Amino acid sequence: MTVFLQFLVNGLSMGSVYAIIALGYTMVYGIAKMLNFAHGDVIMIGAYISFCVTAYLGLPAVVSVLAAVAVCTVLGILIEGLAYKPLRQAGPLAVLITAIGVSYFLQNAAQLIWGATPKNFTSIVTFEVPPALAAYNVSAVSIVTVVACLVIMAALMWFTGKTKMGKAMRAVSEDKAAAQLMGINVNRTISMTFAIGSALAAIAGVLLCSYSPVLQPTTGAMPGIKAFTAAVFGGIGSIPGAFVGGILLGIIEAMAQAYISTSLANSIVFAVLIVVLLVKPAGLFGKYVPEKV
Amino acid sequence: MEHTDPVLSVEGINVYYGAIHAIKDVSFMVGAGEIVALIGANGAGKSTTLKTISGLLRSQSGSISFMGADIMHAAPDKLVAKGLAHVPEGRRVFAQMTVEENLEMGAYTRPNAEVAPGLERVYNHFPRLKERRRQVAGTLSGGEQQMLAMGRALMSSPQLLMLDEPSMGLAPILIDQIFEIVRELHAAGTTILLVEQNAQQALSVATRGYVMETGRVTLTGTGSELLTNDDVRKAYLGG
Repeated sequence: MTVFLQFLVNGLSMGSVYAIIALGYTMVYGIAKMLNFAHGDVIMIGAYISFCVTAYLGLPAVVSVLAAVAVCTVLGILIEGLAYKPLRQAGPLAVLITAIGVSYFLQNAAQLIWGATPKNFTSIVTFEVPPALAAYNVSAVSIVTVVACLVIMAALMWFTGKTKMGKAMRAVSEDKAAAQLMGINVNRTISMTFAIGSALAAIAGVLLCSYSPVLQPTTGAMPGIKAFTAAVFGGIGSIPGAFVGGILLGIIEAMAQAYISTSLANSIVFAVLIVVLLVKPAGLFGKYVPEKV
Repeated sequence: MEHTDPVLSVEGINVYYGAIHAIKDVSFMVGAGEIVALIGANGAGKSTTLKTISGLLRSQSGSISFMGADIMHAAPDKLVAKGLAHVPEGRRVFAQMTVEENLEMGAYTRPNAEVAPGLERVYNHFPRLKERRRQVAGTLSGGEQQMLAMGRALMSSPQLLMLDEPSMGLAPILIDQIFEIVRELHAAGTTILLVEQNAQQALSVATRGYVMETGRVTLTGTGSELLTNDDVRKAYLGG
């Protein structure tokens, strides 16, 4: 039982990291209707920024998180403006390939700046966990990660559901031309979406590396792909879907490691995705709104 | 007819879809307080003309001025704030948003304080929308979606309301209702540019009309002149 609970805790914390990344994926996909495959690498950049601020400048952890968020937000806006905006009229394949290009560009840029040798990332959360919880593998990072994930999801749901900007994003996601006829600046709205997605990526990066401390230029790649899987699993474009998808993916992965095989865990995760998509092609929370004409 | 400054004046515009010359030297104007109808068969270039005015498409030449300002190169989202509202063909409501959210989007360029009175005004014109305001727009009937699209455009308090085929795909009784609303809006002081295939209905509400054929304006006159014109009767009113 203890083993089960320990792995459940592991799954929940990793799942929350996936969920935060998946929320960024799903926001950008939901509004800009494109898969930003460079999202995972923005995570890695965020982690490096946080690492530099604490390790080289010796500033407090909170400052490092804020710096990572600021840098990634700007980076997200730049990536969108320079790489994707010129392709707004192009086909989805051109955009997809560009996104893969941006992903490699970020990885190579990171290698050039920080070198290929992994850095040892020191966890940014260091408070004492009561021993009763610690027995079940509950660490300070896992508590912070799960809480951050819940807060972020609630904030995003509030933002897209209640604020003028958030509603405008949903309008853009449904029909760009009609949104323009409402007076909504589509380019600025998409840019804003990338800013939010990238800010989330920064937070995810810091939490990911606090959890598994090896930081190298490819750090974001695998979690990025898994989070993308989680987003599709939950129904891409759906905020609660990304959350549930991320958590479930983390738990499935942890359980596969615990009871089946550590080395097969990734394959099992993706096998589950395939089965879910066969049964529910739109994902768990995929939107299907019947439309009368 | 009064001769104040026109709300909208279009001079010699030419629009291409690739190699296809869709709009050829089209000129017309809409005066304050008028309902101007643009009628013609499917493919005559009526919708293309509206899209060019609202900036979704670009003209290669000529000029478009709105409220005295040149808008040839203005972005569509900037024109809404200037008072131009375009209800696109096929209504294009935001299907996954509620009726009220759709209306709020219509008031996107207006200060927040104007949203509540705007909703009040639209709900007065369309009591049906008030009943369904929490409902997702995709579940409305065609007629209700048309009302929503028109209400959404009215939320921006436009100087000129451009309606693209408001009667398309609606049952006759609903078409009567929509045109009744067009009359009401006009009586309340809204200037309207109406694009229609339903020439009978359009010309009977219009102050003036223009007939378009294969990208050109071929005929113009007051609504009643065109209604009784032999060519128009033959081509669009079934003899």
